[in-house]
Formats: sequence, structure tokens, C-alpha cells
Amino acid sequence: MVDMKHRNKNEENEIRIHTPYTGRSKTAYFGVFTALALIFSYIETLIPIHFGIPGAKLGLANLLVVIFLYKRNVKEALMLSVIRILLAGFLFGNLFSILYSMAGGMLSLAVMAVLKRAGRFSVTGVSVAGGVSHNLGQLLVAMAVLETYRTGYYFPFLVAAGVLTGFLIGVTAGEVLKRLECFEI
Amino acid sequence: MHLKRNDLILIAFLLIIAAGGFIFHAIQDAPENGRAEIWVDGELWGTYSLDENIVVDIDGTNRLTIQDKKAYMTWADCPDQLCVRQKPASKDGESIICLPNKIVISIVGGEEDELDGVTN
Repeated sequence: MVDMKHRNKNEENEIRIHTPYTGRSKTAYFGVFTALALIFSYIETLIPIHFGIPGAKLGLANLLVVIFLYKRNVKEALMLSVIRILLAGFLFGNLFSILYSMAGGMLSLAVMAVLKRAGRFSVTGVSVAGGVSHNLGQLLVAMAVLETYRTGYYFPFLVAAGVLTGFLIGVTAGEVLKRLECFEI
Repeated sequence: MHLKRNDLILIAFLLIIAAGGFIFHAIQDAPENGRAEIWVDGELWGTYSLDENIVVDIDGTNRLTIQDKKAYMTWADCPDQLCVRQKPASKDGESIICLPNKIVISIVGGEEDELDGVTN
């Protein structure tokens, strides 16, 4: 009895010592992912991928938010998203682009978190819903800023673009997650 | 990649909504007596008939050209140039938007307006 207890305690200690997933490496990975998200934002400003729709872009940085949502949790995905938007906004954009990104990013993250929790969709479906809601969030801000409902004209374009970009990001995220399965990030 | 049945339903649903919107745009004809309204910062800046060929300078930041019953932005001082790349607008409800300068061009149709022309 005493022996068992003793051994258990030892094992616990062993695990604690040898696990690579300590608070420190968690913070380090967060930094790496933030840097990567920022690089993705930068690359996107260099190569605007036009889908024939004004302003539509791939949203590469959202790939990392999706991965974080699956590998960590909503709270940390939210932190990554907010930090990325603020940094990218101040570096490559302006206050208005931050406002648009923030509205899109927050709405999309909320929708993705709910759908992921529902458990009825794969990462691709969750990402598609995220892409569409991202665009709708931006459309709503555009309506508020421009004080006109006329921006609603772009609704079908933005839904289609959101499905396409969300799908591409979702498929990529799925592949990355498959390869990260044995890794704690 | 593996897609669940629900993913496909979601994607199909969203694409149907988008397609519905596109069809709605497509079946609309260019209106009689179409006018281009120019809104700057939420306020009506001016209205121009689509029947005349004209180049409008909007506060020195954008240039709108109306030709062959179509309105399109020919110049903007912003770096992204998104409004310039947008296709010409001619149908009711179509709009060209310049986010940096808060300019909205929207096409309105329907009955003859007393204030047709410039209401600057």
C-alpha cells in the first residue's frame, strides 16, 4: 500500500519533469504563432489574391486562428486573433482597417467556436462558416461607417467569397492538424 | 480531407443563398431614368443622370465617369484602388464603394425626379 503510493508519486514527478509541455513552452508557441500570423498578414498585403470581388482576400492568418481553436481553446484563439489584428493593423493598415478586421475576426471566431462545440461539422465546415461570418461582420461595419444599407449589394459576393476562402483555409487547417496530432503546441 | 455530411449541407445552403443574390442582381434591368447618387460620409453629395456623359470630381479625392448609361470610378487617391477596379454600375441598387474616402455611389431608378441633374 505504502509502496504503491510511493510509486505513484514518483511517476507523477517523472511525468512532470519529462513533459515538454510546460507553461514556458506554451508561451513560446504562442509567440511563434503570433509571429507566423503576422508574417501571413504581411504576405497577403504583398500578394493580393483577387477573386474578382473587391476587397476579398484569402485570410491566411485565420489559418492559425483555426489551428489554435482546435489545438488549444477559444480563449487563446481569441487572444491570438486580437493581437494579430492590432499588430497587423498598426503595421500595414490604419485604424479603420483594424475596425473592419476586428469586427470580422470576432464574429467569425464566435461562430466557429459555437459550431466546433456543436460537434457536427469537420474543421472545413467550421472554417467555411467562419469565412462567411468574417465577411458579414465587415459588411455590417461598412454599413455603420458609411451610414447606408447600400453596401448590402455586396452580400452575395461576400457570402460566395467567404465560402471559397473558408473552404481553402479549412482544408489546409485539416491537413496541418492531422500532422500536428502528436504535437502539443 | 474529410467532409462530414453537415459540412456539405452548410456549404450548399450558403452557395444557394449567394446564387439567389446573384440571380436577383442579374434579372434586374437597367432602369429608365437611372441616376447615380453620390453619398459622401453618409450625406447626399449629388445626383447625376445616367443619360448624360459626364466626369464628376468628388471633393478632389475621387473621379466618377458616367458614360453609355454606366457609372464607374476612374480615379481615386487611395492606395487600394478597389473602387476603380469595380465593374461599371448601371442597375438599380448597384453601388460602387470607396471605403477610405467614405464615398458610396449608388444607382437608383424609377420615376423621373424633379431634382434630376445636379443637386449639389
